[in-house]
Formats: sequence, structure tokens, C-alpha cells
Amino acid sequence: MKTYDLVVIGGGSAGLASALGAYDQGIRDILILERDKELGGILQQCIHNGFGLIEFKEELAGPAYAERFVDLIVNNKIQYKLNAMVTHMSNDKVIEYVTPSEGYVTIKAKAIILAMGCRERTRGAIAIPGFRPAGIWSAGTAQRYLNMEGYLVGKKVFILGSGDIGLIMARRMILEGAEVLGVAEIMPYSNGLPRNIKQCLIDFDIPLFLSHTITRIEGLDRVSQVEVSQVDENFRPIKGTEKYFDVDTVLFSVGLIPENALSEEADVEIHPRTRGPIVNESYQTSVEGIFACGNVLHVHDLVDFVSLESRKAGIAAAKYLKNELKPGKTFNCVAKDGIGYIVPHKINVENVDKSLECMFRVTKNVKNVALTIKKDGVVLRTVKKRHLAPAEMEKLVLTKADLMDCKESISIEITEV
Amino acid sequence: MEKKDMVCIVCPMSCKVTFDLAEDGSITKVEGHTCPRGENYVRKELTNPTRMLTSTIKIEGAFYDRLPVITSSDIPKSKLFDVMKEINKTVVKAPVKAKDVLISNVCGLGVNIIASRSMQAVENK
Repeated sequence: MKTYDLVVIGGGSAGLASALGAYDQGIRDILILERDKELGGILQQCIHNGFGLIEFKEELAGPAYAERFVDLIVNNKIQYKLNAMVTHMSNDKVIEYVTPSEGYVTIKAKAIILAMGCRERTRGAIAIPGFRPAGIWSAGTAQRYLNMEGYLVGKKVFILGSGDIGLIMARRMILEGAEVLGVAEIMPYSNGLPRNIKQCLIDFDIPLFLSHTITRIEGLDRVSQVEVSQVDENFRPIKGTEKYFDVDTVLFSVGLIPENALSEEADVEIHPRTRGPIVNESYQTSVEGIFACGNVLHVHDLVDFVSLESRKAGIAAAKYLKNELKPGKTFNCVAKDGIGYIVPHKINVENVDKSLECMFRVTKNVKNVALTIKKDGVVLRTVKKRHLAPAEMEKLVLTKADLMDCKESISIEITEV
Repeated sequence: MEKKDMVCIVCPMSCKVTFDLAEDGSITKVEGHTCPRGENYVRKELTNPTRMLTSTIKIEGAFYDRLPVITSSDIPKSKLFDVMKEINKTVVKAPVKAKDVLISNVCGLGVNIIASRSMQAVENK
């Protein structure tokens, strides 16, 4: 069985940046396993621009952002395999994968970085009654068909969910000649960026129905109609508010779920809120030598943040391989009132250089509040915030001094100003 | 005189900017924005709204049939569909390098359509 120092599962934005992070620390025996026919991951289908403002200080289209990372991988001669689907991974870091050229292969890794990304929630996950005809797609699948394969999946479209992928697909399909009759969002607000509401919906006069959801899909062979109803504060459809739209296609943009089937197989502990692995300050999971970063860890809104996080995970994996990660007591990062989750979930201050970036999300839209950070229940400091939204990931920088002498936990909560 | 409002899309604050729009198109009493960019955005949006356009172009001899493309700078919003027509008429051949100009001076706008990525030529798909 061939052994590698570092195996990276996934050749998208997280996998590429983490491999480069480890490479920069002197690790050379790296293998990236990618299931698609080229590197770059989901960026290749995200042809809109707005990527790279932090990483490259310019606004790039998704494929352009990917190409810069792929070029670095190629120039540094980091090994990768395409069409390589990992089928199994164990907690002693044995990986099994299949490729058309090699067949079934078993390898061993001294360290693994999980960079499998996430997948889209489906109609099945949100239980909509009606028929099961053709013409129902997750927004990202329709995006790949349109932007990479060159197929428009429908002519008259209704979109459920106002996440950014749904909004961006509304504009793309209109530009390619389809008609988008509306977007329904079950929440009273959109989770998409305001700039996308403007550029993708308002620019094209596409109505956005807030506090509405699809309550039925009609059509035997192909979608023929959707029934859309208003919902009450408990998200229950209100009788008598039904509207009908004659469409041939329904797109679902109803959230993303980290892709952790392999992680679970290797006994990696999963966080109930993020649905990604529980990691420490070094992005190491509950299984020693297995690290995680990018959307497999928690769903990001900006690829720039994926690259930043993944590079750090790669550096940490290199330290592990060089026996430079220090053992020691860990304490927890605890999400309290108004905070959904914090990554990392645990901290061993011995491995924190000067400071540590904690990423977190709030649970609802709030204005003019304070974030209160507590160490072992005692207020460390408060930070005023004019605006916080679940759709926008927030960052909190804790210095080594902040973290020193912490025994039980660091917590974040939202408090009144 | 008409009272109007617009959500500024420059940053996540999403300020609701209100203003008075006169018959001649001039605006006064701009309020609700928290920084100068809000007023600039509203003025540009009312006089000459522009957008970047991204799409795909047909490519032959590559391992995909579509190549992602982008305008070299923002174009008037009213020209989006005209530019789409030009893009949809065009076919390019692999290999293509990122930033290659595929259509120059599209629709006479002084803007080029450029490749978002490189795509190699392949023998057999």
C-alpha cells in the first residue's frame, strides 16, 4: 500500500489552498484527489464575478479565481489525480478511491485534509407535495448544466429560496432567454446579498415573494404549474393565499449541507449546527491527523474566506507532520444568545501564534447591538455592531493574551447596547 | 417632484437612501445613507446605471462546449441583452488563454468580451 505524507480529498478552492499551505511549509509528498475531470471545484460553474477582492485585491469571475490556484499547484508540481472518487476513509487514515485509469486503489496517509465541500438541499429535504415530474432542479445543478455543459434546463422558471445561487441563476436564465416568473422565500427576509437582490431580481423585474413557499408542484411528465402560498410566523401555509404559476421548471436554492459521508465513516465527530467536523484551532478534527477546511467544515459565503481558512489548515497539517503541533489542554468556544456557531470549536492556546481568528454566524438579523465576549464567564470585552445578519459570516480576532489562562470556555453572545 | 427610495448595494449595511426626484431628473434631499458612497451610487444609478456582464460562449475543440466570458468593464444596463446577442452569435476555437479578447468593441461600446479562463485544445472529447 502506497503511503503519502498528506492526502487532500477534494480539488476545489479549499483543497487547492490547503495543499499550497502545506507545500509552503516544506511538505512535498502531497496528493490531491479530485472526482471531477479538472481541478477548481464549484468555482468553474460560478462564472459571475465578485470573487477575489480579499485574496487578489481585484474582482474576478469564479473560473479566473480557480485558474490562479490551479496554476500554482501545477507550477509547484503538486501531484493530483482527476476523475478520482474517494469511496472510503478510515480513522487509521486508509483511503480507497476509484479512477477509470487505475481502477480500485488503496493508499495510506500520514495526514488527511478533508476538503469535499458541500451539497445542495433538495426538494426531498424540504418535503413539497405533488407529482414527481421532470423539470425540478437544484439551482447549482442547473448552473453547471448552463454554464459548463451549455444546456438551458427550462424556459419558464419558478425559483424556491432566495439564496445567492438562486438569485444568480434567475439572472443567468433570463439573460439566456428563459422567463423567470418569481422567487419565493419562506423567511420574511432574503438570505441573499442585497446587491444580488438588486442586480439579479429588481434589474429584471422578477418578483420576490417573502414569507411564501411552494405548496404543490403539478405536472405528469414535466412540471406544468406550481402553487405558491403565503406562510404564517410558524412557516405554515395560510389557506386562501394560493397563487398559481404556469412553469416548466422549478429551481431549488434552499441551502447547502457540508458533505461529510466520508468523515462520518472515519468516526470524525460532527457538529450538530454546522453539520461539519468539530475542529480545534489547528483545524484538526476529533481524529488525530485528519484536518478539515472550506465548505465541508462550515458553509462560507465568500470563496476568499475559504482560501484563507484552508491555507491555515494546510499549514497546520504540515506542522502535524513535522511533529510541531503541541499537545495540551483545550477549552471550548461556546455560541451563546444570538450566535449560531463558532469555528474553531475548541482551542489549545499552545498552538496559537499571536492571535486566532474565530468565524461565526448570528441566528437572526439585528441592528445596533453589541457582541459580548466572555472568558470563563467573565466579560473580556464588548464590540459594537451596527448590523449583523445570518447570511454574513462574521470574524472575531482573539489575541494570545485574550486566550491565556482560559480554563473552561470562551463565549460570544449578542447583548443590548 | 417625487419622493423615492433605493437600497444602496455598495456594502452589506444596505442603507435605505431616500431622495426627491425632480421632473428634470435632478435629485435633492438625499438622506438615509451613512457614507458618501450611498449618494454616489444613487446618482449613478439614476443617470447611467451600469453592470458587469458574465456569460458563456460556444467553444470548439475543448473538453467543454462552453467557455465562461466577462466584459472587460461595466456596460450600460440597457445594453445587456444586445451584448448577449453578440456573445450567442460567436463561436471560438480552443486553445484559449484567460484574458484573451474574444469579441472586441462589442456593440460599439468600447468594451471587449474576454475569456474568464484558459481552455486547452483536446483531440478526442
